[in-house]
Amino acid sequence: MGSFIEWIRHPWPWYVAGPLIGLTVPALLLLGNKPFGISSSFRHINAACAPAKIPFFEYNWKKETWNLVFVLGILMGGMIASIFLSDPDAIVVAESTQADLATLGITDFRSLLPADIFLWDNIFTLRGLFFFVIGGGLVGFGTRYAGGCTSGHAIMGISNLQWPSLVATIFFMLGGFTMTHIFLPYIMALTGLK
Amino acid sequence: MNTKKNRLSIDQNIPNQETGFSLLKYLIVGVFFGIIFVKAEIISWFRIQEMFRLQSFFMYGVIGSAILVGMISIQLIKRLDIKTIKGETVFIKEKKFKKGQIIGGFIFGLGWALTGACPGPIYAQIGVGYTVVIITFISAVAGTWIYGRFADRLPS
Repeated sequence: MGSFIEWIRHPWPWYVAGPLIGLTVPALLLLGNKPFGISSSFRHINAACAPAKIPFFEYNWKKETWNLVFVLGILMGGMIASIFLSDPDAIVVAESTQADLATLGITDFRSLLPADIFLWDNIFTLRGLFFFVIGGGLVGFGTRYAGGCTSGHAIMGISNLQWPSLVATIFFMLGGFTMTHIFLPYIMALTGLK
Repeated sequence: MNTKKNRLSIDQNIPNQETGFSLLKYLIVGVFFGIIFVKAEIISWFRIQEMFRLQSFFMYGVIGSAILVGMISIQLIKRLDIKTIKGETVFIKEKKFKKGQIIGGFIFGLGWALTGACPGPIYAQIGVGYTVVIITFISAVAGTWIYGRFADRLPS
């Protein structure tokens, strides 16, 4: 038992994590005919809290409570993992990525998120504006406009052989490549990281 | 007012609506999911950077193997006509092609590389204790609101 806990504390390889994530698809389908999807939770939160007579938010969100419970579970899972199963060692980031990011001004590679950016001290700075407010806004706007995120389209949609989901996934990746290779260096300079 | 009342009463008759203890199973699936996210370090901003810089196979392996397992599962459910725990036939809505999958997809990708998180990891990051990600979460909800507000004026 002790060695199992020891083993589970270490970072899990992709061939363990990926299949387990894939199993979420049949789990939700068989538990209650629910499609795997996470970004829709943002829509339900708006429908519940700020529908503002906008037709897009005028529906019976209570029928979708399961989705809100599911994302609450994800949050609690994060909590449990960090309290009971946390890895004593620092994250291992690919050396080439570290080298690239170092030239962009990232200096701290010890935790899951770079401490240069993800601090409360940064919320009223340009860093906070770009990485939290604009970044989060693009995620919320883009996923809803696309009708899904990595879970709804890339995993659930492609698993169900839906070609529109493949198109969406290709454009998720193109957006990510564009931000990383074209805009990020400017944003890093503008926000005083570089 | 009258129509609204009618609509509500119709919706409440939909069998798919679940409440109370029945919802607990989704909480449990979510907890497992959140633990996987953290333990595979999928919630790391650095893993997303490795992916978009093509410097690590890790995220491609995760997403690829998740799709493979999802695909096999759905095929098995359809071919063997496996029912839900309540005995219902499994139903999956078809996705229709819209311009939003291109434009919105690209916009989401831009945000994904900035925040280092798609929607699932946003929740897990907050749970792990990166509480500042609450700002990202609120912004994402606001972004969805803005989409809803202007949805009828965007190319669809």
